[in-house]
Amino acid sequence: MSRSLLRPGAEAVQGKGWLAAHKWLLLRRFSQLGILALFLVGPWFGWWIVKGNLAYSYTLSTLPLTDPYVLLQSLLAGQWPEKLAWIGVAIVLLFYLAVGGRSFCAWVCPLNMVTDAAAWLRSRLGIKGGPHVSRSVRYWILGMTFVVGALIGTIAWEMLNPVSMLHRGLIFGMGLAWLVVLSIFLFDLFVMRHGWCGHFCPVGAFYSLLGKGALLRVRLPQRDACNDCMDCFAVCPEQQVIRTALKAVGGAGPVILEANCTNCGRCIDVCSKEVFRFGLGATAAAPVCSGSGVAP
Amino acid sequence: MSDKAQTTTVASGKRRQFLVDSARLACGVGLLGVGMGFYAEHAKALPPAALRPPGALPESELAAACIRCGLCVRDCPFDILHLARPEEPMATGTPYFVARQRPCEMCEDIPCVVACPTGALDHSLTDINKAQMGLAVLVDQETCLNYLGMRCDICYRVCPVLDKAITLDPQTNQRTGHHTLFIPVVHSDYCTGCGKCEKACPTEVASIKVFPRYMAKGQLSEHYRLGWVEKEKAGHSLVAPDIEHHFNMPEGMHYELGKGLQQAPPAGGEAGDAVPRAFQEDQL
Repeated sequence: MSRSLLRPGAEAVQGKGWLAAHKWLLLRRFSQLGILALFLVGPWFGWWIVKGNLAYSYTLSTLPLTDPYVLLQSLLAGQWPEKLAWIGVAIVLLFYLAVGGRSFCAWVCPLNMVTDAAAWLRSRLGIKGGPHVSRSVRYWILGMTFVVGALIGTIAWEMLNPVSMLHRGLIFGMGLAWLVVLSIFLFDLFVMRHGWCGHFCPVGAFYSLLGKGALLRVRLPQRDACNDCMDCFAVCPEQQVIRTALKAVGGAGPVILEANCTNCGRCIDVCSKEVFRFGLGATAAAPVCSGSGVAP
Repeated sequence: MSDKAQTTTVASGKRRQFLVDSARLACGVGLLGVGMGFYAEHAKALPPAALRPPGALPESELAAACIRCGLCVRDCPFDILHLARPEEPMATGTPYFVARQRPCEMCEDIPCVVACPTGALDHSLTDINKAQMGLAVLVDQETCLNYLGMRCDICYRVCPVLDKAITLDPQTNQRTGHHTLFIPVVHSDYCTGCGKCEKACPTEVASIKVFPRYMAKGQLSEHYRLGWVEKEKAGHSLVAPDIEHHFNMPEGMHYELGKGLQQAPPAGGEAGDAVPRAFQEDQL
């Protein structure tokens, strides 16, 4: 037990081995880096698999993908896009409605690797405290980006958006965008735990709106086995999403239904009691997707 | 205090706290919004050295329609386009090129426009010669080699809309008195703003530059009419016929265009009367 106090997940590593205790983390990094690599092999080696960036991309000259958030801002600013952008946005919307909007944050967003690094270093250095800011502030910012953009008639948020700045910067040339990224890293490291992704980012806030009815969920088939070690809370970037399902608050079923769960799966990794697993279905009664786990 | 009263107090305290929290959030976010708004508004003006790709919407709409995906950059076969970086003084992530570095090659199929998923580059532009990326301006007559009397002519020769967007208009070289200056004159009806002239200009700093149209183009007031244009349209002069011009010269002198005062006037000449000719007849 004392080990788990020292480092979240230590017990899981002991129990199931390092690899199994980092499975989803590794898969997630593989996904994030792999997607980034798909964008980068074009400009780096001339292998044009994907063109564009996360705002809009065109894969193998057949698959358009459009960021619904930036497109909505464009619409609010009074512009009407061409057909490919519409097809692209339909595909992306359907995808994230199924897998949960904030899966974008955990599995795609390049800035997530920066803020995860800050959170990791913050816990290693034992930095604690910071201002208390409501996690709902991101929705206010989200609303503000729509209002300001519509008032000025421009996609105002793209002037500041560190997510697109980093991704576009890596692919098309960074300029001083790294200063913005560094600021966010330092902010998350010294000022606020999970400050950017967990409190302010309107991109994540927008995607969370797509997560209300998602099929892919973290389920807790063995929540009775929980030994209150708190490792899942320690690693979760959106700690508030766990408790309701884990402690059956108000008779809640064993499934995390919070829209802000990023489906990062880190709780699954660090739990030595195998409480969590990924499953399909938005309701508590839906079956677990695979594996030999005990039925809920 | 009764239970009911206590509950009410707690409820009103909670409501109060909720209002305070909301106000705090709204004000904080509002501050951010005002800053972002001013910043975004400033970025609507394109710096003079930057030109937009063909078919780009007016600057006021471009930053609303462009989602900063960079597909135009990718599909430009000559790799002239960049996406604005955050420190550059225009809307972050929007495409531009700098004529003096790499001008637009004016591809006939306009791949950058075709690639644009949003119409920020207007898909109705199908003839590259109709593009209006900017307008060339001969900014410095003091350094333009043609103005100095040489036959540089490079801007004229590299122009893809040859002899239409830039013409060489002959003028007398007043300095030497017997040479001709071939003055490059840009015609806004034809200039696409591709920037080839600016790129090719051999002076250390280009003497001809392409500026965004809003900077480079003047506009006459609505009510202005060009007499010679109206005359051509109507087929005749719209004002009273010109009075035939009479020179009132000293006795025995005669004026000839280009030669100045000449002696020995042609027969019956315009010999000087004491009273100007105009006053002698009822021709005013």
